[in-house]
Amino acid sequence: MKKKVMNIMVSSIMFLLFFAGADYPNPKYILDRVEANLNSKTKVIESTMIIHTKRGDRSIRSKGYSEGNNKSFTEYLSPARERGTKMLKLDDRLWIYSPSTDRTIQLSGHMLKQSVMGSDLSYEDMMEENELLKKYNAVVESEEIYDGRKTWVLILTAKVENVSYSKRKTWVDQERFVPLKEELYAKSGQLLKKTVLSDVQKTDGRWYPKKINYKDMLKTGKGTDFVIDKIEFDKEIPAYIFSKASLKK
Amino acid sequence: MFLALKLAFRNLIGAGLRTWLNAIVLSFAFVMIIFFNGFLDGWKHQAVNDSIEWEFGDGQLIHKKYDPYDPFSFQDSHDKIPDTSRFLSPVLVRQATIYPNNRMVSVVMKGISPDQSIVKIPVEFLKNTKVDFPVIIGKRMAKSNKLKKGDQMLLRWRDKNGTFDAANITVVEVFDNDIASVDNGQLWMDINKLWQITGLDRHATYLVAGNHYLPEKYNNWTFKSQEELLEFLLEIIGMEKISSSILYMLLLAIALLAIFDTQVLSIFRRQKEIGTYIAMGMTRFKVMILFTVEGAMYSFFAMILGTLYGIPLFRYFTRIGLSIPEASQNAGVTVADVIYPIYTLKLILTTILIIIISATLVSFIPARKISKMDPVAALKGKLQ
Repeated sequence: MKKKVMNIMVSSIMFLLFFAGADYPNPKYILDRVEANLNSKTKVIESTMIIHTKRGDRSIRSKGYSEGNNKSFTEYLSPARERGTKMLKLDDRLWIYSPSTDRTIQLSGHMLKQSVMGSDLSYEDMMEENELLKKYNAVVESEEIYDGRKTWVLILTAKVENVSYSKRKTWVDQERFVPLKEELYAKSGQLLKKTVLSDVQKTDGRWYPKKINYKDMLKTGKGTDFVIDKIEFDKEIPAYIFSKASLKK
Repeated sequence: MFLALKLAFRNLIGAGLRTWLNAIVLSFAFVMIIFFNGFLDGWKHQAVNDSIEWEFGDGQLIHKKYDPYDPFSFQDSHDKIPDTSRFLSPVLVRQATIYPNNRMVSVVMKGISPDQSIVKIPVEFLKNTKVDFPVIIGKRMAKSNKLKKGDQMLLRWRDKNGTFDAANITVVEVFDNDIASVDNGQLWMDINKLWQITGLDRHATYLVAGNHYLPEKYNNWTFKSQEELLEFLLEIIGMEKISSSILYMLLLAIALLAIFDTQVLSIFRRQKEIGTYIAMGMTRFKVMILFTVEGAMYSFFAMILGTLYGIPLFRYFTRIGLSIPEASQNAGVTVADVIYPIYTLKLILTTILIIIISATLVSFIPARKISKMDPVAALKGKLQ
């Protein structure tokens, strides 16, 4: 009898943990599933960044290697002006190599707030950790149909002080566990940035968005598109790629 | 000497148009030197006064990490206001972004006490308003961003922890000023508001000293006197003086060349006259002096001519001033819309001295030939 009561209690606790609040699942469960879906041990991505400006569109192709959340290396392939520019991120440090000057500089302080190649993304945005639960308290606010897909709407409120955005609102696909839209807010509640993830395709058993649009909501324009041309998960990446020496190679 | 002056005067008047042409060209150089230097002195006077009144006060207590020419230094260059900071007005500097008409513009937020009276920033507009978030801007900032009094726009900034925040601001006043460094790309607001929105309570980047402030030593703070703060401005004006001197030196060189040519020609053509002077008992040295005085006298004629048209011209510009193009005012150096030239006695006397000495020198060089002349050959008019 005792065992039965214990089983009921444990089941109840598990149920509460999984489906805390109304009928919605635990936000930790959703975010963990999203992380498991989007993150892998390593990733090799060939992509095109399309920067929409008043004077027209500018496309920048690059090849990026990443290992976990802390190591990444990107080499720009085109246009000719950007070709050979390389970026290395190790934990919270970022280096950029420019072939025209043949020099490597480490970005820090305010330089990290600058735009990446004139896009709507800052270096700081690129360096942001994916482990949101470390910095935010999450709740599932509601369910919505977004872009024809059933989504959970998550509200993430900062629990630490040193975050760029005090509130985030994320729409997560209920079936594929892929975020389809994210809004970033200032402390005052002003919407600052919006990210729209689309063209979700199954690659190596994972659902992954092939197109991401970043938009600074305070500016006019169509923002910056990040289109993934090719992606490989868990591919062996030589250790030297994530070293400063590889910047000049 | 009196005879030399009398003869020189008669010879020059006798030479007619040739004398007046030389004198006119030399007078241009005379007027130009005074005009340019008067203009630069006027600029210096106005710029120094404006810089003190609008920005520097009686010196500044500046955070050690603050470099006004390096925006990257703004983030960390602040600290708690020193406890014994009487007669000091704090200013906190932070970076932000405004979005006027959906454009993105990087700006510098400067928080200033609405009760200060050390600098002329019109802080009373920050006090006497019912607007929730008032800011004041300079005329250059207003013009470059197409802003006017009453305009509202979104301001985005980061607090002390780096978290973004945003709010609507209202421009409650566009102030007229001549100091680009308190105007270009800057939003002035109540320092209490800036402390509140950034969480940097009672922090400052620099403190402007009032009349009665006695410099004290504080950790993280360096006191810069008025002279030290003005050094950069004075260096620029000094450089400008050198570059503009090239122009009037060229004009002076042309005038002196004309005098030199006239002297060479005179000594060549007036050999019989030189021989006669010597035959009548003048020493060769005295004849040389006579010709040198003749050359130097051009400078006196030039001064008389220059005075005739220079004084009305200088008086006119002193009254109405010289309008400065807008591009120069936006270059970051303190330049007023209109500069009123200042013609000091020192400037005029120095210029007179320069003209007389240089004219005498260029007259003396060809006149030296007389000392080597054979008086008999000169009297016969033989070429030597």
